[in-house]
Amino acid sequence: MASNFSIKHQPGFTAIAATCFVVLYLPIIVLVAYAFNAANSTSEWGGFSMRWFQSAGQNVQVIDATLRSFQIGAVAAVLSTIFATMAALATTRTAPYPGLTFKYAAINQPLMVPEIVTGVALLIFFSRIKIFTGYSGLGYLIAAHTAFCIPFAYLPIRARLENMDLTLERAAADLYATPWKTFRRITLPLLWPGILAGLMLAFVISLDDVVITEFVKSGGQDTLPTYMLGQIRRGITPEINAISTAFLLLSVAIVTLFFFVSRKRD
Amino acid sequence: MPDKPDRNAIEVVNVSKIFGSGDGQVAALDTVSVSIRENEFFTLLGPSGCGKTTLLRLIAGFDFPTAGEILLYGQDIALLPPFKRPVNTVFQSYALFPHMTVADNIGFGLEMLGKPKAEIKARVAEMLKLVKMEALAGRRTSQISGGQQQRVALARALAPQPKVLLLDEPLSALDYKLRKEMQIELKRLQHETGITFIFVTHDQEEALTMSDRIAVMSSGKILQVGSPRDIYDRPAERFVADFIGESNFLKADVVGVSGGRATVKLSSGTEIPASLPDGFSPSGKVTIVVRPEHAQLGGASPSASLSGTVENIVYLGTDTHFHLRLAGGEPFIVRRQNSRGAGDGIVQGGQIGIMIGSDAAQVLKD
Amino acid sequence: MATAEEVAKAAERRDVRDRWLLSAPALLVIFLAATGPLLIVLIYSFLTPGPYGDVKWQFSPDAWLSVFMERDIFDDTLSLAAAHVTIFWRSIKLAVVTTIATLTLGFPTAYFMATRSEKTRDLWLFLITIPFWTNLLIRTFAVLQIIRNEGIINTILIKLGIVSTPVQILYTDTAILIGMAYVYLPLMVLPIYASMEKLDFRLVEAGYDLYATRFKVLRKIIFPLVKPGVIAGSILVFIPALGAYVTPSVLGGGKNMMLSNLIELQFGQGRNWPLGSALSITVMIIVMVALLAYVRNAGKSGVRHG
Repeated sequence: MASNFSIKHQPGFTAIAATCFVVLYLPIIVLVAYAFNAANSTSEWGGFSMRWFQSAGQNVQVIDATLRSFQIGAVAAVLSTIFATMAALATTRTAPYPGLTFKYAAINQPLMVPEIVTGVALLIFFSRIKIFTGYSGLGYLIAAHTAFCIPFAYLPIRARLENMDLTLERAAADLYATPWKTFRRITLPLLWPGILAGLMLAFVISLDDVVITEFVKSGGQDTLPTYMLGQIRRGITPEINAISTAFLLLSVAIVTLFFFVSRKRD
Repeated sequence: MPDKPDRNAIEVVNVSKIFGSGDGQVAALDTVSVSIRENEFFTLLGPSGCGKTTLLRLIAGFDFPTAGEILLYGQDIALLPPFKRPVNTVFQSYALFPHMTVADNIGFGLEMLGKPKAEIKARVAEMLKLVKMEALAGRRTSQISGGQQQRVALARALAPQPKVLLLDEPLSALDYKLRKEMQIELKRLQHETGITFIFVTHDQEEALTMSDRIAVMSSGKILQVGSPRDIYDRPAERFVADFIGESNFLKADVVGVSGGRATVKLSSGTEIPASLPDGFSPSGKVTIVVRPEHAQLGGASPSASLSGTVENIVYLGTDTHFHLRLAGGEPFIVRRQNSRGAGDGIVQGGQIGIMIGSDAAQVLKD
Repeated sequence: MATAEEVAKAAERRDVRDRWLLSAPALLVIFLAATGPLLIVLIYSFLTPGPYGDVKWQFSPDAWLSVFMERDIFDDTLSLAAAHVTIFWRSIKLAVVTTIATLTLGFPTAYFMATRSEKTRDLWLFLITIPFWTNLLIRTFAVLQIIRNEGIINTILIKLGIVSTPVQILYTDTAILIGMAYVYLPLMVLPIYASMEKLDFRLVEAGYDLYATRFKVLRKIIFPLVKPGVIAGSILVFIPALGAYVTPSVLGGGKNMMLSNLIELQFGQGRNWPLGSALSITVMIIVMVALLAYVRNAGKSGVRHG
């Protein structure tokens, strides 16, 4: 009947969407379920148990890799967010000036190159520097992570800046605030949600990285993802499910936080 | 007001503002000069793109002139940054700081000036009282209505006691009734604070009701400066007459000029007296303007200045508009106030005479 | 005293200088740890392999020759390197099919999300964002557990009696395709959704009012208006899919290599860094060509739709 005609309806779209959401979540649910499996393999269900969480929690390699992941992630996220904030301030809310397009391209460049290529490039470059300086610490991983986190941190900060009403700063200047005071009292407070979102995004991106880390790391510098990749290649035990589940929980917590921060309107 | 000393708060001297460069150059202001007196409610009136907002921004310091001087009580401020000028602005969008309370917004300017806390507190309280917002001091600015935001914006700009207050179409976001209220409120505030107000608007009615003096702008130039009555009754140029109110334009020949008045001969052959713009003495062909309410309809009597055919009669409640076509083919509108009673026998298609009073016609410069 | 114009010019110069200073740290880090090293890769691709990895500083075009060709060890003639060509073909094919598959699934999904009520829209967005933020390795691992011989799909198929022995999906091209489509789907949905959310559905009403069918409305009104989102989504999926490393490593076994695995091999057992470098540059060229094609396409459609 014409009375039921909905302009938004497209045949089959809802079914496809429903399938997508089910398919997106089903594997994750199965993975989490098997983390609580008492059996030794992920092929059969041996009853509910927390044993794989305990075994992962006592695995020195896992603890070591986790701590390293957090360490790299925290430093890279903070550095990249600071740099991205500065870059965003320099590249928004201005008439085009010489070099502006270059800056956009340069900042987004890490997104445009496949990770494998960056990974290889850093492997070559850093191996030279290692020979030259003798230093083989976490600095290389931190530098690499900071670089590829910058475009991600830049994204929400720039978006926030571009949506910010320029007249607010003009009003502050009109009310006798010097440029620095305007920045401190008006721009920065209004930018905070964007900066926080950028920080979280950068942290998660760093935490998730496999490819570049795999190529840049020296011996004994496994992060949690590269450790897991090694384990998965060797054959799987429910311990990987347990680690994945814990990792997943952390990601969901951060997304939830991000979601609320970036949706905050004023 | 004759008892006021004629001291100028702002003098704009030969100011030009050119945007862009090369072929893309646009002159937003073209050698503009104007003086704004102390304690005056001065309005910059014009259509969008006429340069009125640019001029306001130059006075506020958000932009710098390409050439010319802007004097504030004799001191050139054209190149000072906005935070060094004792001039405050009420923005069109209000630009209230969303992360601060109403009181913090009002106190912001004083805080930036480094005033002691106690003084800021007292002054904020005083301002809240002035704009009748005491009850909402602790609210976030996003939690108050548009009209209230408007009041906060005013209080915030007035709190540091600026030498001049700039208002950039501050009433345009309000609905009709609130706008009327705020017009009166603004006049009251100006009177109570004694601060010079420079008000920008494209709304002629707003300009006429509120201003002491009006500057009419078009295409980066100031066309005429004068009191609302001057501007309305004696427009100097066609644009001014056309932009403010309704007008009838008639071609005429100057017959004689004496004592600031002219005698002009209309196309019908009738000669009528007409006022002249200051310092203008025309000859030959001119355009004169007659406001629709300054002409009367009068049967087909021979004493009429003009005669025409009634093409359309539009009833508007308080008035009736008679759309006429003159013998020479030009349109002419007469407005007549309605009174209770029967019709007057004027019908569509009929011939009718038009009488133009001795003080109704004004010669235009262009 | 300085004229107004001089003061304005000086202020502008100062502003541009400050803006360079502000962006300097980000640009420097990216140059040192992302862009700059790409130049070294280019140089390495023209050098001779060292015996234990790395390079000897001696010019050689061999690496570039062996990207697509191989030299016969007996008569020194060049012939097409079948193994490399197969891997290139597989990588490009899988990346394209992944992009098409995610677009086919992602477009209706984004449409579904955008047509929900304002309140529930956030929930759907949240649901699509969670996988996006979840570790790619974990999601690939999750797919592995579903499609392997002892996984849930085969278990169900056997229980239902549809097949008697498990269907081998894992370690095939299909496995890689399923895995990539799965992990990159949110990358397609999010930008399309962003465009779709801004879509003015009154235009759709106008379309129906002017006698368009549902399909015509979709093709002539909705699709052109959300095209920027579709293009962004396709780029976001195609680039990582072409250079995918984790998914083929985990789901393709050692056998079904993609370009990234081939490159990795040259820096590992292959000990042919110049060839690895040449292959990397080749991947980048393919990506750049694809990007340029997209950008030009986007530019054209931008003119047409204002």
